[in-house]
Amino acid sequence: MSDVADRVKKIVVEHLGVEEDKVVENASFIDDLGADSLDTVELVMAFEEEFGIEIPDDAAETIQTFGDAVKFIKDAQ
Amino acid sequence: MQDGIMAGKRGLIMGLANDKSIAWGIAKALGAAGAEMAFSYQGDALKKRVDPLAEKLGSDIVLPCDVSDEESIDSLFQDLKTRWDTLDFVVHAIGFSDKNELRGRYVDTTRANFNMTMDISVYSFTAVMQRAEKMMTNGGAALTMTYYGAERIMPHYNVMGVAKAALESSVRYLAEDLGKDGIRVNAISAGPIKTLAASGIGDFRYIMKWNEYNSPLRRNVSIDDVGNSALYLLSDLGAGVTGETHHVDAGYHVVGMKAVDAPDMSKE
Repeated sequence: MSDVADRVKKIVVEHLGVEEDKVVENASFIDDLGADSLDTVELVMAFEEEFGIEIPDDAAETIQTFGDAVKFIKDAQ
Repeated sequence: MQDGIMAGKRGLIMGLANDKSIAWGIAKALGAAGAEMAFSYQGDALKKRVDPLAEKLGSDIVLPCDVSDEESIDSLFQDLKTRWDTLDFVVHAIGFSDKNELRGRYVDTTRANFNMTMDISVYSFTAVMQRAEKMMTNGGAALTMTYYGAERIMPHYNVMGVAKAALESSVRYLAEDLGKDGIRVNAISAGPIKTLAASGIGDFRYIMKWNEYNSPLRRNVSIDDVGNSALYLLSDLGAGVTGETHHVDAGYHVVGMKAVDAPDMSKE
């Protein structure tokens, strides 16, 4: 697993308080990991801070799963 | 009872969302100075965030309040009254607008969103002070949050700038009405801070960079900077201050043009 995926997973586990093995490629933040709408905004802010990138609103709306987040961050770097 | 300049003082914090909130910076500073606090929240999504933060500051008073609803504000103060006889301070860190109108042109603002923005971001402070006044029998202090977009044009701030201008004006009128009873009313105009609320404002990262490069202190402010200034305004250190909009913005509000040493920057 790449460094980006590890760092994203760490943020998700800490923020949502979920088990690490639940955070898989297709895990949806809202449907599978119990996030509410504020969590999704907070996660995006945490990703921005961790990776020093900007995730605009329209892009943030496309980040629904753990895999989406990793892919977006890799592309943005 | 704790030591500190806020020892023995009790106050209500409205608008705490998470540990990035300006209200959290203020609550931490007040708590460290010995204040006892109650917290209001809107909706369960925020309650689950406010509960653990309140607990960190030793408070178990976490009460629901929808500031767009008069009855909800009434019941907040009724609930508060069952816990405390008197109130010494209020922190109002609440604002709201449709984020689709916090980008693009102000001139396109709809009547519905204009009215909602004014109701929640401006009138709510007055509505809260109507109730708080009755509990501030020993005098008191109130603080609301504003932004320089009230005084000067800021990209994307739009209807929120108009609302903050009205809020700053209401601070002055409230200061006059409540001053006779020893209640002080002030606002802090904070520089841009990356909060949950700020996530709704377009190009916010650009705005923060611009402030960092061009403010006299060449940095942005933190929620702790705001908290420490709030402590001054809400404690007896600020006993002679009311009706004021106090800038906690690394000095940005005195700047006339781009700093010579600031790098040229365009939106990424």
